[in-house]
Amino acid sequence: MAKVTDTLKLPEVKKVLSRFRNALGKYRLTVSKACNNCGLCVTLCPYGVYKAGSKKPRVAAEHLCLGFPCSSKEFHCVSRCPEKAIQLSLNPSFEILGDRRWSADLLASAWHMAETGEIPYQGLNYKTGNSGGGFDKLRFIFPRGKALDIPDEEVSTTVELNRSGDSRPGVSISVPFYFGGMSFGSVSIVTILARVRAAVALDTFCCTGEGGYPEELIPYDDHIITQVATGLFGVREETLKRVRIVEFKYAQGAKPGLGGHLLGDKVTARVATMREAVAGSALFSPFPFHSVYSVEDHKKHVDWIKETNSRALVSVKVSTPTDVDMVAVGSYYAGAHIVQLDGSYGGTGAAPDIAKKNIAMPLEYAVPKVHKFLSDEGIRDKITIIASGGIRSAYDMAKAIALGANGVCLGTADLVALECIRCHHCESGRGCARGIATTDEELTKLMELEWATQRIINMYMCWRSQFISILKRMGLRSVTDLVGRFDLIGHLDYIKQEDLEGELEI
Amino acid sequence: MPPKYHIHTSPVAARFQAITKSGVIAWEEGCLKCARCVKKDCVYKVYEKRGIDARQMLESLDSVCMDCFRCVQGCPNKLIQKGLNPSYKALGDHYWTPEIISGLWFQANAGRIPVSGGGYGGNFSGPGFDAMWTDMSEIVRPTRDGIHGREYISTTIDIGRKVMALEFDNSGALSITPPPIVEIPLPILLDMLPWSPPRKGINRALLEAARSLGTFVIIRQSDYDPGMEEYLPNIVLYIDGKISDIDPAVLRRLRLIELPYGKDVIASQKVLKERQPGLVTIIRMEISPDSSGSILQLTAEGAEVIHLVADEYGNEYGHESGDGKADKPLFIKERMREIHLHLVEKGVRDQITLIAGGGIAMAEHVAKLIICGADLLSVDIPLLVAMECRVCRRCKEGIDCPVELEGVDPVWGAGRARNLMAAWHNQLLEILGAMGIREVRRLRGEMGRAMFFEDLEKDIFATMGRKG
Repeated sequence: MAKVTDTLKLPEVKKVLSRFRNALGKYRLTVSKACNNCGLCVTLCPYGVYKAGSKKPRVAAEHLCLGFPCSSKEFHCVSRCPEKAIQLSLNPSFEILGDRRWSADLLASAWHMAETGEIPYQGLNYKTGNSGGGFDKLRFIFPRGKALDIPDEEVSTTVELNRSGDSRPGVSISVPFYFGGMSFGSVSIVTILARVRAAVALDTFCCTGEGGYPEELIPYDDHIITQVATGLFGVREETLKRVRIVEFKYAQGAKPGLGGHLLGDKVTARVATMREAVAGSALFSPFPFHSVYSVEDHKKHVDWIKETNSRALVSVKVSTPTDVDMVAVGSYYAGAHIVQLDGSYGGTGAAPDIAKKNIAMPLEYAVPKVHKFLSDEGIRDKITIIASGGIRSAYDMAKAIALGANGVCLGTADLVALECIRCHHCESGRGCARGIATTDEELTKLMELEWATQRIINMYMCWRSQFISILKRMGLRSVTDLVGRFDLIGHLDYIKQEDLEGELEI
Repeated sequence: MPPKYHIHTSPVAARFQAITKSGVIAWEEGCLKCARCVKKDCVYKVYEKRGIDARQMLESLDSVCMDCFRCVQGCPNKLIQKGLNPSYKALGDHYWTPEIISGLWFQANAGRIPVSGGGYGGNFSGPGFDAMWTDMSEIVRPTRDGIHGREYISTTIDIGRKVMALEFDNSGALSITPPPIVEIPLPILLDMLPWSPPRKGINRALLEAARSLGTFVIIRQSDYDPGMEEYLPNIVLYIDGKISDIDPAVLRRLRLIELPYGKDVIASQKVLKERQPGLVTIIRMEISPDSSGSILQLTAEGAEVIHLVADEYGNEYGHESGDGKADKPLFIKERMREIHLHLVEKGVRDQITLIAGGGIAMAEHVAKLIICGADLLSVDIPLLVAMECRVCRRCKEGIDCPVELEGVDPVWGAGRARNLMAAWHNQLLEILGAMGIREVRRLRGEMGRAMFFEDLEKDIFATMGRKG
């Protein structure tokens, strides 16, 4: 059921600049000695790239520069400069940013959205990465003449998470996503609190991960999912009772079938207390649950949570093996309300590269496989499917839903909003040099809570509006209408525009 | 329970500065001389460790920099940039990519599995081995003690011919003599190198590594010298000359011998086995569209072990002739599946051992090719890369090796090769553990526990976008 109040409590977008002096962008601007400091560029540029200076203008925000396409505009600083002192080039550092999945363009787009809450205009591809398959080759099929010309407020993005029909309360989220588990220990308390507070503002949830339930989170209990994972770190009856959703983590997409490993360096005194362990010693979260060797054992687990907390929904987070469809049925049988399919691109503090690349199937296969199987079994409507592990944009989110998920779970994208650069060194030494995935006291201070919260809110408000545009263009009024619509999605290798009545586009 | 197989590792430093992906470019001109320079704030203390390698004119800060971009983003006059290193891009080729080569260097240095934070950043899939994924189990792992539970995952395999049933006489005594079998604790043989600088030192390093790993090196008969005698229990002698030239004293101590495939190969096998009954003979065959037919026939004639070799890109031979069988050479993984299934269908797969090699560049290739039907693998180029080879192939042209492999110290080289194999062994355990399989013998041919790109694309994406 769509909430009438859907949009009423949406948070405000506020501009929040980069924490660093030089934000990274696609272009590089230099002002040479020939400059006579006339100040024309400062007044011309509508994007606020320049700031007045005493000897010459300062290039204060080159990441906001429109780049080469600007040459056709009347405010083009390079050609209008009377001394021809301005030079525009591609930023050489930009070339080595990112990877095939999170391209430099995607990273810079996320930073732009987190800063401004708006879609980037600098010629960045904010819709797909360069992985050459899956999401990056899937396109929407927009039916001709069906687009809705209605205000955004009339489109529902609400997802009901309890579809089981049992006697437990309904729990709905106002946006089709929630935030996945990142434990205290793997990320800083500022990162955790920022994600949680953004979840509250967006009327959704944030998962604690397997690292205990820091006291700072108590005010936000209603928006917390607490995780029970194989190490049972920080799991207590009182914490299980606090929340509306409890999540069992069977496996993690980045390291399917392998355990977790928190390096000793990250186990500070506080982390150790929370996990009831010894500071400085590495902590292993084993694989698998040593009390679960069958679907019956699994059911027993779910029953344990239901017995402990009579109002909580139970979510089961699994990886994507060949028989992922049977795993989903098993979770339904055990009485889970939500099954979270965690694909192999998902984030992690540390995992063997061989596991990330090779073990378990990509999310784009797993979601439709499970959706079809549960539909054929007649139980699809009784369980919520959440897709996670590598959702990078509003477009990925819409594709995952069209492939059969009810909603998605996000993690890495949040960190990118906080200016994670994907250097892949979260695990080494003191942890993240940018102060996101670290428990080092000094590095943690690199980020302020208000700043971080607002960055996450800004980016996801922008995602939300992009998502609504996609729905409207498809002629849909609700996110629920998009679930499992294989007719509205096509893969570039197998379908051509000429075979279709609609527009094959992104 | 057999004792746990453990490969001893310890870091073995590279002789040359590694070629890194990106470089730091820091200009001095325009420096504002800030009281607190961003270089002083480097989390990894890169600038403090700064130095120039006189031999290669490379800045050491390139190899310690972790790409956090703090200095790039912090310098008030934007004097610091990061740039792609052209020498890195130029490493290897389309198959032996810079990522693969630098990954092998890391493993040879450290003897550890490459581990990183953040999610997977690579391509969705790719050709060859990148078009398959391995399975995992949500609730099964071989032992109950978690990440330490590797004690009982066995990577031992047998090389030799197997009898399908034992036969007994009336008195209950065994009436047949089972053929000899060689058991090794790691499903990897160290193969002859397709190219290398003069390889005396390299061979010695590989022999030393094989001895400590408990496996074998394939050594050409023409490369053999009496100084290798102490390594005979770890040598597979490849007969590139005449059988009659083999020193009887050498033959007596050999356990494995390899013959090139040819029409007289079974007759040669017979001759050898008459001279040395305990010997297991391997037939080395270039992989081609005719392989499965030839292997079937050889099996019927009594072959024990077939060593299938692809070219250094994992492609099969036999296409140059234009026989019209296929336009593109098949990749070893595809041909292996076909051969394995053909032999299974004919009911003879378990009689022989299949070794496969050529284009094996990463640990994951070992697991994947075993899933596709190989019993064990042979590895070549990665061993050279462990000794810092850059896959420039200049040695093929007779040009001097940029990393001076001709004069390599065997002890150093063995340490690096052993580290690499230890890292591969551990990665194989990760794959087996995730699948809930406790011995590598059971991984062979387990195609149902793998997922293939072509199948999944057809099942999932090919029908989308159509009504109904």
